[in-house]
Amino acid sequence: MRDPLNHIVTGIQPSGIRKFFDIVSEMKDAISLGVGEPDFETPWHIREEGIYSLEKGRTFYTSNAGLKELKEEICHYLKRRFNLRYDAAKETIVTIGGSEAIDIALRAMLDPGDEVLIPQPSYVSYLPCVTLAGGKPVIIELKEEDDFKLTKQEVLDAVTDRTKVLIMPFPNNPTGSIMTREELKEIVEVVQEKDIFVISDEIYSELTYGSTHVSIAEFPGMKERTVVINGFSKSYAMTGWRLGYAVGPENIISQMIKIHQFAIMCAPTTSQYAAVEALRNGDADVAMMHDAYDGRRRFLVNALREMGLSCFEPYGAFYVFPCIRSTGMTSDEFATRLLQEEKVAVVPGTAFGDCGEGFLRISYAYSIDNLKIALERIARFVKKHTK
Amino acid sequence: MMQEKNNRAELKEAILKAIDKNSKLTAKDLSLMLGATEEEVAAAVAEMEADSVICGYPTLINWDKTGNERVTALIEVKVTPQRGQGFDRIAERIYKFDEVESVYLMSGGFDLTVIIDGRSMREVANFVSSKLAPMEAVLSTATHFVLKKYKEHGIPLVGEIEDERMMITP
Repeated sequence: MRDPLNHIVTGIQPSGIRKFFDIVSEMKDAISLGVGEPDFETPWHIREEGIYSLEKGRTFYTSNAGLKELKEEICHYLKRRFNLRYDAAKETIVTIGGSEAIDIALRAMLDPGDEVLIPQPSYVSYLPCVTLAGGKPVIIELKEEDDFKLTKQEVLDAVTDRTKVLIMPFPNNPTGSIMTREELKEIVEVVQEKDIFVISDEIYSELTYGSTHVSIAEFPGMKERTVVINGFSKSYAMTGWRLGYAVGPENIISQMIKIHQFAIMCAPTTSQYAAVEALRNGDADVAMMHDAYDGRRRFLVNALREMGLSCFEPYGAFYVFPCIRSTGMTSDEFATRLLQEEKVAVVPGTAFGDCGEGFLRISYAYSIDNLKIALERIARFVKKHTK
Repeated sequence: MMQEKNNRAELKEAILKAIDKNSKLTAKDLSLMLGATEEEVAAAVAEMEADSVICGYPTLINWDKTGNERVTALIEVKVTPQRGQGFDRIAERIYKFDEVESVYLMSGGFDLTVIIDGRSMREVANFVSSKLAPMEAVLSTATHFVLKKYKEHGIPLVGEIEDERMMITP
């Protein structure tokens, strides 16, 4: 029999972290700080709106690009929060989470062999999505001494004639790093000079601490060359609803809609009605969750530093990314032994790229009480193993 | 000076928000969470206790889950306000009883809401008939017994809380 499989697909490495997670899920009494989604349930008024839409019998497809009223609310929101101006009819698409938006943006933009710059450590999907879209991933290794921010020089060093897209994963999962206006300005200069496009994954945009998120698309001349990706999962605690969106120039969005139309049809209708409610009346929920995360963030950073782990201050998302080199262990070894010896699950930094070696991703999407117990155990573990 | 005062007010508000739902947080916890020193937190808490901003640290107990039988009643009370003292005097006479959990002055069809916690219906009935109703200023009472408590102080008392999140590819 012939090989039934596509070689690009078989060539993609399965996530190495899978095995580790299998152990975690079987260990019943383990405390997990490994999950990458909010611990809050979706606010009730949003859920209630979803239920109401079902009661009303809104059980049909929506138009391919999404409900008109949702797209309009998305555009109002982006203008109100991040000073971004987009046309709801032509420059907006509602997707199955931010993940689909990443995938179809890449597929709409890449020709075979086009290079895509992917700063790492970062979310695990970018690389396989680029490969599946026929592109060539080019990794930029971010450094701890830069607080895991992307620098102009790093982009310049990685750019070639074939570079087409730069992925901007800020606020960053797993490091919690953000880019300020001044830092983005430098990137904007090189992006425009080298004529490359940007896919800016801003799914954590509501979760920045001390300053409001700045979108790279806000800079003059950037709207034309940027696809902004965002969604409801992190800001409104709506991960299971699978709802995200992308905004960008009409020429790119219209091609993304084409792929979406044929592959997906439309995002879930119930989720879309719930999301309208989220955008209209959800500001207080976002603020409440933000403040809770902020308290836990400081708690975690301070506690990790007290136990002697170096930990740069993350100003975004809900992760801290401490360095564990002082223990002499690799990330994998640390995570595995911490799980075995103290029953605490964290994610090794290497899950997010080779340059995550020596680091851990610890999520603070957990209650303070949970964090306190876990931190006591981590402190005991670190004390035992620090040389 | 102004700045310092503002910071202090902000710290106090942040502390109150944090302990509103979880009074088990220690000064150490709060200092880590809020980025202040332990001493600053302790001083702010002491000040708020002295000012009666913080009036106590009770525990939210679901008595239904214990062997302890408890009865809660909400009593609508109509009273005659007194010259010069309005409702305060009669409210005080009522809230001083140990059985009384809460007293609120209301707008609308009656004047005071009195919430009573008793060991039995008879105990509550006794209180109403022998203590509350005979008061000179009390015109009428309407007693409603609580059948089931679903939520108190923003915290649901029914249903189980379970973390349903799974470890998936990060």
